Amino acid sequence: MDLMSGKVKMTQQTVTTSMNPSEGLDRPIRLTARDVTVHYGAKQALFGISIDIPDRAVTAFIGPSGCGKSTFLRCINRMNDTIEGARVGGTIRLDGQDIYAPDLDVVELRARVGMVFQKPNPFPKSIYDNVAYGPRIHGLARNKADLDEIVISSLRKAGLFEEVKDRLNEPGTGLSGGQQQRLCIARAIAVGPEVILMDEPCSALDPIATAIIEELIDELRENYTIVIVTHSMQQAARVSQRTAFFHLGNLIEQGKTEDIFTNPVNKQTQDYIMGRIG
Amino acid sequence: MNTLIIAAVLLIMLGVAYQSGWSRGRGLATVGGTRVHSRPQYHGSFVAVWTMIPALLILALWAYFGPGLTRSYTVAQIPQDILLSLDQAGLNSEIARIQSMASGFGATGEIADWEAAAGAALRSFQFLTFAGVLVLAILAGGSALVYARSRITARLRARTAVEQFISWMLLACSAVAILTTLGIVASLVTEAFKFFTFISPIDFFLGTVWAPNNAANGGNYGSYGLLPLLTGTLMITAIAMLVAVPVGLMAAIYLSQYAHPRLRAVAKPLIEILAGIPTIVFGFFALVTVGPFLRDLGNFIGLDINATSALTAGIVMGIMIIPFVSSLSDDILNQVPSSLRDGAYGLGATQSETIRNVLLPAALPGIVGAFLLAVSRAVGETMIVVLAAGNAPILRFNPLEPVGTITVSIVNQLTGDTDFTGPQSLVGFALGLTLFVMTLGLNIFALYIVRRFREQYE
Repeated sequence: MDLMSGKVKMTQQTVTTSMNPSEGLDRPIRLTARDVTVHYGAKQALFGISIDIPDRAVTAFIGPSGCGKSTFLRCINRMNDTIEGARVGGTIRLDGQDIYAPDLDVVELRARVGMVFQKPNPFPKSIYDNVAYGPRIHGLARNKADLDEIVISSLRKAGLFEEVKDRLNEPGTGLSGGQQQRLCIARAIAVGPEVILMDEPCSALDPIATAIIEELIDELRENYTIVIVTHSMQQAARVSQRTAFFHLGNLIEQGKTEDIFTNPVNKQTQDYIMGRIG
Repeated sequence: MNTLIIAAVLLIMLGVAYQSGWSRGRGLATVGGTRVHSRPQYHGSFVAVWTMIPALLILALWAYFGPGLTRSYTVAQIPQDILLSLDQAGLNSEIARIQSMASGFGATGEIADWEAAAGAALRSFQFLTFAGVLVLAILAGGSALVYARSRITARLRARTAVEQFISWMLLACSAVAILTTLGIVASLVTEAFKFFTFISPIDFFLGTVWAPNNAANGGNYGSYGLLPLLTGTLMITAIAMLVAVPVGLMAAIYLSQYAHPRLRAVAKPLIEILAGIPTIVFGFFALVTVGPFLRDLGNFIGLDINATSALTAGIVMGIMIIPFVSSLSDDILNQVPSSLRDGAYGLGATQSETIRNVLLPAALPGIVGAFLLAVSRAVGETMIVVLAAGNAPILRFNPLEPVGTITVSIVNQLTGDTDFTGPQSLVGFALGLTLFVMTLGLNIFALYIVRRFREQYE
């Protein structure tokens, strides 16, 4: 676990459950959520989630299927808006700005908070056009040379450029699953986001592709605030600095990743980590 | 009444046969240790199929030959001298009178003694033959039942046999559709060839004048140039597409992407009702509403628009095709995986950017397929153009003037007195073949494109 040793100091600080969400953070807070609830029609999916997400670190949401971790992730860039009958309560602030405020432009928000999905979903366009899509709709490039530069640097950051540099005009759907997912990461990076949300980005990939993506996530942490939902506890342990455990729509416990995995406070967290639930 | 009795007898036979095969098959299972090949249900079905086939065969033979036999018997009941005094129509009405009396409805007017006697004789004849045929069917079915039942052993592959029979039945049903198609094509081709013995294919396909001489005065058949009809057809189709594709596609985009589910639940069936309106009603609408409206509009802006014109027919046909285009496009848009939509939204694309840049390109092959299917419908559409296109098969390219189309010319050439010996009516087959080849080509092309699109996501 050399990923964790450098940046995160091992402290024996006790983690309390959702009493003070920002306790134990050694980086400035980027995102704060307070009492976030989500209803899908009559069904409540999230019950009062409060969490702080630090800048330039990886925060992992873990928990069994249907626990609400993806639902909460989708609140952060308001993707729940596209779901019919979804209602979000509470507040989520990005750099202090309420992202559910009526005057907030959701398009701008999503340009700042990028997202990578569970299944690689490249558009049926060329590799180049996939990456160039975001910069084009947001008018980030003044000319072709600018756009080329954005595309190439995004592909580089996503660790894909060397593999695809000779076939930028071939369709993105022709790549392998792992390459497609890195293309989607490049596509998200190209817009210049500050936060990247990843919804189980490796669940459709084989172990080798997964290892490459995990390494990439660790590199991206230098420049981006990353929130990753995963059902793999090993993955959470490998890539994240902070972990939050969700169960049945509640945030049960959150803290430094090594604390959650070595010294969980809550009985349910213990059970999940020991493999007794989920 | 007779039909009911036959149905009841057949049902009873079916039940008895099934039950007897089933019980026999079930008995096999109790024999210690033997492995029975099929389940009792299959033994039951096996016997039932064996029983039904001869019984149905006999009834089918009777259905085919029975009426003829009954008629000859009836004629034989009419006294010789009266028979000689009757012409064909008189004979037919006399037979009808006798049959009506035999069936117990009686007859109008004065009933002669011989008529009453003939009615009574026919009545008993009908009863006897009916009973005879029924008994014969029961006997044949019964003996087949006994035979089939005697064949049931533990090793009898009843399941295989029954399933084979079912697959034959399914084959027969698909054969009906396929053979019908082949038959229609064959008759189109052979009759079209007959036509081409009168008029050379060059004169037909490249001729610019459509003026068939319908009076059968030998030698001068008139001219049968396809081009005026083809241009009319294509002009109307193009106008129809100009109306249907934008409106239909936009409606589909609205319904699948923007509309609230409750609105969608109401609006979609309403649009589809439009597809259920008979085309003759659309033709009527074109003739009495749209045509005069366009003419008045033309007068108002200083254009000479004919009330019946390619424009009128095309617009109304376009309206008719809107639900076709919108419904197909709606399905296709809904088939685009929502992950693509999410991907675009996740990058901060607006709804309209997502639709324009992601959904429509992804759905384009399917939409092209829908477009081609709509074109093939428009090309073959008849009733609207019969009423609203003006039937002026002249080679010209002004959509404001009346035109003629392939379908209208077929209607004109094949209605009224036709004898299918001259080119006047045979040309219908050549036109039909042309139309068929056009729509077939479009359909095959469209299905090919639609299938390629489907393969991409499934």
